[in-house]
Amino acid sequence: MKNTLISKTIKGVSLAIATSALSLSAMAADIKPAVVYSDAGKFDKSFSEAVWNNGVKRFMDETGIEVKEAEPTNLAQVEQYLKRLAKRGHSPIVAVGFSQTNAVLAAAQEYPDTQFTLLDGWAPEPNVQNVGFKEHEGSFLVGVLAAMKSESGVLGFVGGMDIPLISAFGCGYEQGAKYQNADIKVIQNMTGSTPAAFGNPSKGAELTRSQMESGADVIFAAAGGTGTGVYQAAADAGKYAIGVDSNQNHLHPGTMLTSMVKRVGEATYLSYTSAMEDNWQAGPVTLGLAEGGVDWALDEHNRPLITSQMEARVNDIKAKIIAGDIVVHDYRTDNACTY
Amino acid sequence: MNFAIELQDIDKRFGAVHANDHVNLQVETGSIHGIVGENGAGKSTLMSILYGFYQADSGSIKIFGNEYQFTDSHEAIAAGIGMVHQHFMLVDNFTVLENVILGAEGGQLLAEGLQAARQSLKELEEKYGLDVDLDATVDSLSVGLQQRVEILKALYKGAKILILDEPTGVLTPQETDELFKIFAALKAQGVTIILITHKLREIMAVTDTVSVMRRGAMVAHLETPMTSESQLAEHMVGRKVLFNVNKEQVEAGDVLLSVKHLNWTDSQGVPRLKRINFDIRAGEVLGVAGVSGNGQSELLEVLSGITPIQEGSIQIKGQTFSPKEQANPAKMRTMGMAHVPEDRHKQGMVMEFRAAETAILGYHTDDELSNGPWLKPALGRERCADLMQAFDVRPDDVELKSANFSGGNQQKLILAREMEHNPDVLLIGQPTRGVDVGAIEFIHQKILAMRDAGKAVLLVSVELEEILSLSDRIMVLCDGEITGQMDAAKADERTLGMLMANAQQAHDPLQSIASGEGQS
Amino acid sequence: MKRDTRLAWINGLLLPLLNVLTAFAATAVLFLLIGVNPLEAAETLLYGAFGYSEGIGYTFYYTTNFIFTGLAVAVAFHAGLFNIGGEGQAYIGGLGAGLAVFMLFPELSPWLMIPASVLGAMLFGGAWASVPGYLQAYRGSHIVITTIMFNFLAATLMVYLLVKVLREPGQMTPQTVLFPDNAWLPFVHDILPAFGLEMERSPLNLSILLAVFMCFLVWFFLWHTRLGYAIRVTGLNPHAAVYGGINQKKIIVVAMCISGALAGLVGINELIGYHHRIIMNFHLGYGFGGIAVALMGRNHPFGIVIAALLFGTLYQGGAELAFEWSNISRDIVVVMQGLVILFCGALEYMYKPTLIRWLAPVQEVRS
Repeated sequence: MKNTLISKTIKGVSLAIATSALSLSAMAADIKPAVVYSDAGKFDKSFSEAVWNNGVKRFMDETGIEVKEAEPTNLAQVEQYLKRLAKRGHSPIVAVGFSQTNAVLAAAQEYPDTQFTLLDGWAPEPNVQNVGFKEHEGSFLVGVLAAMKSESGVLGFVGGMDIPLISAFGCGYEQGAKYQNADIKVIQNMTGSTPAAFGNPSKGAELTRSQMESGADVIFAAAGGTGTGVYQAAADAGKYAIGVDSNQNHLHPGTMLTSMVKRVGEATYLSYTSAMEDNWQAGPVTLGLAEGGVDWALDEHNRPLITSQMEARVNDIKAKIIAGDIVVHDYRTDNACTY
Repeated sequence: MNFAIELQDIDKRFGAVHANDHVNLQVETGSIHGIVGENGAGKSTLMSILYGFYQADSGSIKIFGNEYQFTDSHEAIAAGIGMVHQHFMLVDNFTVLENVILGAEGGQLLAEGLQAARQSLKELEEKYGLDVDLDATVDSLSVGLQQRVEILKALYKGAKILILDEPTGVLTPQETDELFKIFAALKAQGVTIILITHKLREIMAVTDTVSVMRRGAMVAHLETPMTSESQLAEHMVGRKVLFNVNKEQVEAGDVLLSVKHLNWTDSQGVPRLKRINFDIRAGEVLGVAGVSGNGQSELLEVLSGITPIQEGSIQIKGQTFSPKEQANPAKMRTMGMAHVPEDRHKQGMVMEFRAAETAILGYHTDDELSNGPWLKPALGRERCADLMQAFDVRPDDVELKSANFSGGNQQKLILAREMEHNPDVLLIGQPTRGVDVGAIEFIHQKILAMRDAGKAVLLVSVELEEILSLSDRIMVLCDGEITGQMDAAKADERTLGMLMANAQQAHDPLQSIASGEGQS
Repeated sequence: MKRDTRLAWINGLLLPLLNVLTAFAATAVLFLLIGVNPLEAAETLLYGAFGYSEGIGYTFYYTTNFIFTGLAVAVAFHAGLFNIGGEGQAYIGGLGAGLAVFMLFPELSPWLMIPASVLGAMLFGGAWASVPGYLQAYRGSHIVITTIMFNFLAATLMVYLLVKVLREPGQMTPQTVLFPDNAWLPFVHDILPAFGLEMERSPLNLSILLAVFMCFLVWFFLWHTRLGYAIRVTGLNPHAAVYGGINQKKIIVVAMCISGALAGLVGINELIGYHHRIIMNFHLGYGFGGIAVALMGRNHPFGIVIAALLFGTLYQGGAELAFEWSNISRDIVVVMQGLVILFCGALEYMYKPTLIRWLAPVQEVRS
C-alpha cells in the first residue's frame, strides 16, 4: 500500500533517473553542470547539504561527470560566480536558495544561452527554471502526525530566520495539526532575523526547552543547521522532534518522529539529467506532494514510532491533498496564516 | 640598635627626573615612623622600591638585617613587608574573606584555603582588635572598614612591616581615630609601621620618629617629640636659591576678580574648599601658599570653570558666576581669563600634538586662527613661531611633537600661549615645577611683566620663595581654608610656615572636616 | 635621521608591513598543510584581484566599502571612541539611501536623486550612531557595548521593514522593488567606453570616487577645522579638552554622527551603485573589516586607502582562490583574512619593542 503510494508520488523523479541512466553514455560529454551553494555554506547540515548529497554527489557518482561547485561568501560573489561559470560554458547552473534570485536574474540576462535552475526563488527569465516547493503541504502531513502522537495537546515549531518561507512551514504544520485535532495548541518561535538563525543550534535547543516547559511534546524544526540543537534537546528530554529538508530520522532514532523532506537534491539531479536528455525546460516548476517534491519520511529509524493507524491516516490525507480535496493554505500568498 | 628597615644610598631616576637622590633611611623595629614631603617629593617612589615595584638604580635594602634585592612585590611580601595603598586594591563584589586570600589562595580548590584563612583571620582580628565581618562583601563596607581589610590582608600574608600610603586621606575623623588605635595595637605586638602622609598633625600624633623628603632627597631625620609642625613644614618646603627679582611698587587698580564664599566638596564627600573669599586687583599678584593638596588645585579648577561652582560666587570684570550661572573654560577665556594649569602634561597640552597644535589649545575658536569652522593651520604655525620667539622656546620648531620638548620649554610654550593672548586675569599654577634654573628666572620676569601691565595674577605655588618674591599679597591655604592673608612685604617664611601648618589653631584640624562631612 | 622620524617610520610603515608579511607567512604554512603550493596560490590570488578587468572591478568595489567603514572607525577613534557599530550604521545607511529614492519623484533628475540618496544614507547612518554616542556622553553607557547592540537592532529592524513593510509585492525574497534607473549610480564599465577604454562588467561604480573624495574630506576635517581639532584633543587628552573649553559630551555625539554617516555610505556603494534595491545583509563583514582597516591604516585617511585596498584584494583574490582551487574552501579564505586581522589588529604591536630596540634605541639619560 505504502510502497505504491510513494512510488507513485515520486514517479517523475524515478522516471527521470531511469531515462537518464539509459542515455548516460551517449550524452555524458555534452553538459558541463555547475552549482552555486547558498552563502550559509555547502555543509549546512540542511539545504545546501541536501543539494550536495542527493543531487550533485549522486549525479557525479552515477554519471562520472564533474560538477563545478562554488561556495560564495556574499551576494556580490554569487553573481560573480554565476557569471564566471556561465562564461566558462557551464550549463545548467543550479543556484541554491532564494537569496540568489537577483544574481540569477542578472546572470541570466547576460548569458541567455545558459540554463539556470533556481531553487526556492523566482527569476522570470526565459532561460531560468524556477523550482519552488509546496512546503505547506509536507508540513501539513507532519502536523497531522504530530497531533496524533502528542499526549499533551501542545506542539512546538522552531523556525529559522523570520521570513515568509519559514512561516509557510509553520502555517502548514499548524493547519495539519488542527485538521487532526481542532483543540491542539501550536507554539511557534523563530530563531532570529538574520541568516545566522539557520546556524544556531544552541539557540534552537533553548527555544525547544522553553517550548517543552510550556507543554510541547512534539517539536518541528524548520531551521536549517539550528535544527540539530532542537533534535538534541528533544532527545534529551525524551520528547519527539520532526526533521526538515533532508531525511533526518537517523539523527536520533526513537525520538525523531519523522522528517518533512524537501527534495532539493532531487530537483538539482533532475535539472542535470534533463539537460543531458535535452528536455530541460525553463519556467516555473512547483513541486508538491503530487510531484514528490515534498513528503514525509518513513524508514527503519522511525518505523517503531509510527503506528499503522497513523500511517494509514496520513497517507489518506496525503491522497486527499493530491486529489485537491484538502487545500492547504500557503502563507506566502497573503502573508497570513488564515485557513 | 635593632632595625627593621635599613635603606642605604637608594638612587632612582626616571629619565630626567631624579626621583630618589641617594636616600638613606633607618627604621627601628616596632616603632611608628613617619615620612613627610610634598607630592612628588619621592616618598611613593621610595616605598615602591622597598615594596619591589621598582628596582633602585643603586643602593641596598636590608630587612631585619638581611640584604635583599627585590625584583617584584612577592619577594617583598615574603620578606615580611605589607603595603596599604592610597587607593585600595580590593575586589568590590568579593567578600572580605575572598579578598584577603587573593594571591594566597593555597591550592586549586578554594574551600580548603578559605577555611584555613577564616581561622587565622579570626586570630589576627582578636590579636590586633581589627573587627571586620569576614562574610560581608567589600562594597557594603565603609571606607574605614575597607582599609582594615587591606591591613588584614597584609598581616595575613605575614607582614611584620606595614607601609601605609596616605591612609587618612579618605577617612572621617572618627575613622582616623580608630586607625590610630589599631596602630597602637600593632605596635604593641611588635609590628613596624611606616606612615606616609603630608598631614603634619598626624605625624605629631602617632609617630615615634619622622623623616622629611624634598625633591627626591632625604632632608631630615627627627625624633617626633623633639620637633614641631612648623619645623616640619619648613623642612618640607625648603629654601630654594632664587635669583633676585626686581619688583617695582605698582599701584593696584580696580578689582578684576572677586571670589565670595566659595565652598567645594569632592565626590567622596570631603570638603576641599571652605569659605574662600578674596579679591585681586589690576596690577597685583596674589600668591597662594600652602603645602600641596590643601585645596590649591581645586581652587584653580573652580576659578577657571573646569569644575562647576557648588556654593558661592566668582565675579570677573563685573560678570558674576554662581551655581545657577555656571562658568566654563571657554566662557572664562572670553571674559579675559587665562589659565596656566598646575599639571601641564595632564591638562595644558596634548603630548602627541605638534607644537603648533598645542599652541592653540583653548584658542582654536579664535577668529584670528580660523575662518568660520575652518582652521588655518598656517596661521597656527605662525602664531606658534611668534610665541616661541617671544618666550625663547627651544628648539623653535613648530612641527616638533609637544612631548619632545623639555619640561621648561613646554612650560614656556604654555605660558606664552596664555600670556600673549593678553588676558586681564591670569591664573598660574606651579609655574616653575620641573623647570630648569635658567627658565625659572625668565618665567618670573614674565609674570611680573604681566603684573606691571595691569593684569590681575593669581599665583599658586608650593615654592615659598617664589611666592615671597613675586607676590604683592599672600594668602595661605590649609586644609581648604584660608588661614591667613597678608601683604608680601610683611610676610616671612616662618610665619607662612606656621600658617601653612595651621599651627596656631588649637583644636585638631581634622575636627573641621567633621563639621562639613557629608555622605558621598 | 632623528629618533622621532625613525619612530614615525616604524609605526607608520614598517610595523604594518611586517604584520601583513607575518600574516602571509602564517597563511603559507596553512596552505602547505592542506597541500597547496603557497606561491601558486598567491599567483591565483593576485591574478584574481588584478589580473583581468572584472577582477579589478570587484577588488575596487570591495575597497570602496572598506574605505567608508575604515574612515568611520577612524573618525570615532580620533575622538577616543571605539565604534564597533559600523555594520549597523552601514545597514541603516542603506535604508536611508533607499528611502530617499522612494520618497522622491521617480522621474527626478539623477543629479538630484543621487545626491539625495547620499544625504539619506549619511543622515540615517549618522542618526543611528548618534544614539550610542548620546548614551556614552550623557549616560555613561560604554560605546562598545551599545554600538554592538545597535548592530543587532539594525538587523532586526531591517528584517521587519523588508519582510513586513517594504517588500516587493508578490515576491518572497525580502527586498524592495528596483529603484528607478535615474537613482542608479553609473557603473564604471559603463563610463569607461566614453574614454575609449574597455572593461568587463563588475559591480564597481562611481561610489569609489565618493570614497576618495571622503578621504580628502575627512583628512581636511580632522586637521583643518575647529571641530576636527576639538575631536582630536578630546581623543588624545580629555583633560586638556576640558581645560581648552571643549564640550566633550557634544564632541562625542558629533564624532559618532560623523562616523555613522561615513559608515552609512556603504549603502550607496551597495544599493545605489550595485543592487539597485534595498536587500538584506548587503553590509555583512564591512563594518568589522573597517576596524582592522582603520587600525592598519593608523587612523589616517591615506593609510586607510592602502589598508582598504589590501582588504579588497583579499576579498576578491580570496574568492578567486576558493573558486579555482578545489581544496581551498571558502572557510580557508576566511581564515586567511582572519590571520591578517589577527596580526594587524590584535597583535599590532608585537614587533614594536624589538624594532624600537634595533632601529631607534632610547639614548641613555646622563646628568
